[in-house]
Parts: sequence; structure tokens; C-alpha cells
Amino acid sequence: MYPDDLRYSSEHEWARREGGRVRVGITQFAAEKMSDVVFIELPQVGAQVSYMQPFGVIESVKAVSDLFAPVSGTVVEVNTALANTPEVVNSDPYGQGWIMLVEPKDDGDLQKLMTAQQYRQVVGEEGA
Amino acid sequence: MGHDLRRTPLHDRHARLGARLVEFGGWEMPVQYAGIVEEHRAVRTAAGIFDVSHMGEVELEGPGALASVQQLITNDAGRLDIGGGLYTPMCLPSGGIVDDLTVFRTGAQRYLLVVNASTAAKDFAWIAEHTRDAQARDRSAEWGLLALQGPRAGAILQRLTRPDPTALPAFHIITGAEVAGVGGCFISRTGYTGEDGYEIGCPWDQAPRLWDALLEGGVPDGLVPAGLGARDTLRLEAALMLYGNDIDETTTPLEAPLGWTVKLEKGAFIGREVLVRQMAEGTVRKLAGFEMTERAIPRHGYPLRIDGRAVGQVTSGTFGPWLGKSIGMGYVAREHAKPGTALGVEIRGKTTRAAVVKLPFYRRSI
Repeated sequence: MYPDDLRYSSEHEWARREGGRVRVGITQFAAEKMSDVVFIELPQVGAQVSYMQPFGVIESVKAVSDLFAPVSGTVVEVNTALANTPEVVNSDPYGQGWIMLVEPKDDGDLQKLMTAQQYRQVVGEEGA
Repeated sequence: MGHDLRRTPLHDRHARLGARLVEFGGWEMPVQYAGIVEEHRAVRTAAGIFDVSHMGEVELEGPGALASVQQLITNDAGRLDIGGGLYTPMCLPSGGIVDDLTVFRTGAQRYLLVVNASTAAKDFAWIAEHTRDAQARDRSAEWGLLALQGPRAGAILQRLTRPDPTALPAFHIITGAEVAGVGGCFISRTGYTGEDGYEIGCPWDQAPRLWDALLEGGVPDGLVPAGLGARDTLRLEAALMLYGNDIDETTTPLEAPLGWTVKLEKGAFIGREVLVRQMAEGTVRKLAGFEMTERAIPRHGYPLRIDGRAVGQVTSGTFGPWLGKSIGMGYVAREHAKPGTALGVEIRGKTTRAAVVKLPFYRRSI
């Protein structure tokens, strides 16, 4: 449910280091909490995103939530497939449901994020 | 969840089914079980069952029952035979809407009024105040209410019910029915989803038994439990009004698309003078339906713009799971309510394009 090779934010985004870049999505916990994702407002390629600041919006049928950047940096790619198939965020949050790829400013932010083990404790508590 | 929230007799059933519970009109209610989209689709293609026990029931009985009902509502209850029913607003002298409700004639001098949960107390006070030569009784605590909705609803209910409910015409009611061994039920062919369906009233403490029997009996037909989330998206696709959002005490039935429920020819009723004048002069504003032409979802309260000018607000908006597009409604000047009019919806500070369309967004094929 929470892969060990990812880092996790308190706002339920995941971050995966891929070479020098960081891929970002929302966790299975967040996906289940939203349920029925029907719309994602993506950032522009080239946009600057900041650690734990909103960079986009995700909407389910009922709810609107901000997306928070787990790292500061420049957006180098966004998952344009989400425009037509936003539901993959629910069905495959760590794979096809990725949201953006960021060129991070430095390595510091990633180190501040939670490990899978730490995150499991947080959602365990929230889920209780 | 606060301790002061009221619970329906099905609260433990919802919990056991893993429903997500939310506050609605002072009640703790299931917003979804498996998911809004799945439940919405089930109701359009098979069937869904909703717990709507939070809704209020008021009974008027006595020689003055009809005259009192006629004073209270804009529609014409005078044409109802026993077993007949109708949908209607109930207005203030200003023409503003106290509530929208269904009215059924259940006896020669007896009427059953089914009202919204969030306004039930206010409604009963208003109804009692305007009842003459009859007794108004608030029976909300006595009746549990289930809505069985969708193309398979009739087949499911038929197997469990005497007499045969599928013989019931739309907007009619039978009383004293037996459903799954539960006696003293009423069944009306009504709903709030845009599909064929039934609403079944039963003694409050019998609701769990009825719920279990219907849910189990409906398995072969694809029946699923459905929550308030799907109820809202279903009713919005069908352009049915949500009291408190689309209509309230500041809007009249003629501003809302409810002109068909205003029967001036029936004689006096509360609000008639204002509605006569509005009908003659035309209303200043109208509730318009719109579809987004850009990808975005309109929500309640978002500003509506025309040529950059703020002209109103979204009263209801959603992504329509069956239609596969974003839809909404809102009050605009009458000249802007025509289908095809370009509208802007301000979504997170950005004006997003929409176009006025004819209501309803969805109409079932017969």
C-alpha cells in the first residue's frame, strides 16, 4: 500500500527519486479518501513549485482539495493523460496515476519527507 | 461526529456496510458506500436503495384538510383522487419558498405531506399555523423511509410486496401495504433521481428489517445501497431542485423552473398575489442550467459572470457521473437564461467558460 522506495508528505503526496528528478503523486490513503477522482488541475510545465505549497487541485465528485508539492523545484513534465482518465489516480496511484515530474532545487526537501514506515504510522492514526 | 446529531433506524446498517457518514440537516447520514460514481451508475442502470428516514412526514386530517392544503401549496390538490399525489412548493406571502414537498391524498379527508429533513420543524410549524378545521400531526418520528430507485426497482419490490406496486401510476400512493412481511407500509411511485422508483414508508423500528429484505432481495437485479452523494448527483443531472441551494425563502417557483407547479386557477393560496404579478410581468431572474465548455467543475457558491460582470452564483454544480460532463445551475437575469448564452464560472479566481443549456440535463428514456 505504501512502497518503501517512496517518500511521503504530511499532505499525502508521494515523491520518488528518478535519477536527478522527482516524480510526484498522491498516496493510496489520499486516493481512497477522495474516492472517484474526476478532475485534476495540473501545473504548467516550467512552473516553479515550492515545498509544501499548493501546486494544483484535485477534485472528486463531492470534494475539492489542494495538491501540495513535496519538493521545491521546476515542473519538467505533467501527466497529461489525467485529463481524460483521472480515475487512474484511484486505481493506480503510484503508477499511471502520477501527477508531475519535478527538477528539484536541491536534495534537502526529499530528506525532510517521511519514510514509508513513518507514513504508515501517520495514516494508521488518521485512519483509526 | 457530534453527539447531538440525530440517527435514523438504519444507522448501524450503514456503519456495518462501511458507509462514510456525514452531517446533513442535523442528521448523521451515509454520503457513500462503495463510491458515488458506482452508486450513481447502479441507479441509472439497475437499482439503488437510499435511507431517507430523515425526511419529515406531516398528516392533515379533518373536514378542512383539503382547504388547508390548498392554502399552503401552489399546486392543485383539489384534483387528487384518493391515492393521488403531486410535487409542489409551499410559499410565503412574498412568494419565497418555505419548502418543496410531495402531497398525497390518503383518505377522503386525509393528506400526507413529505417534507425535507433540514426544514421539517419549520415546515410543521408553518403547516400547523395555517391548518383550519383539521388536525396537523407531525409523524416524522413514526415513519422510516426508504427510496428504491432505478429501472429494476419495480421488479425487486414486486417480489416482496402485496399488492403489486408496479400497477401504481407515477406519483400515486398505496397505504396499508405489506413489504417483506412488514405491514402498515405506504408505497409511492416517486423519487429524487430521475429514474423510475418507489419510496416506501414503514414503521420506524421496522426499517432495518425492510432494508435487509430489500437489499438481499435485490441482489439478482444488481441493487446496491446508495448514499446522499449519489442522491445529489442523480437529482442534479435530472435538474431536480435542492432546497436550501437552488430554492429557498428568497426565490419564487417562477424564478425556479417550477412554473408548472403554480396553479393560479385553483383560487386563493399563500403567495398567490406575488406570483400573479410575476407571471404577468415576467420574473427579473431565472434559474438557468449550464454545462462547462472548458474542463472544470462548478460548485455551489462560485460566481457566475457575463462579459466579466458578476451576475449571480452557482446554486448547485457537480461533475455528472452519467453524463460525463460538468453541469450546474444558477440564477441569472431572464435575458441571460436562454440556451446558448455564454456564461463564465469563476473557479479559483479564473473565469472558466460555460454555456446555458435546456433543463433537465438528463431525462430517462421510457
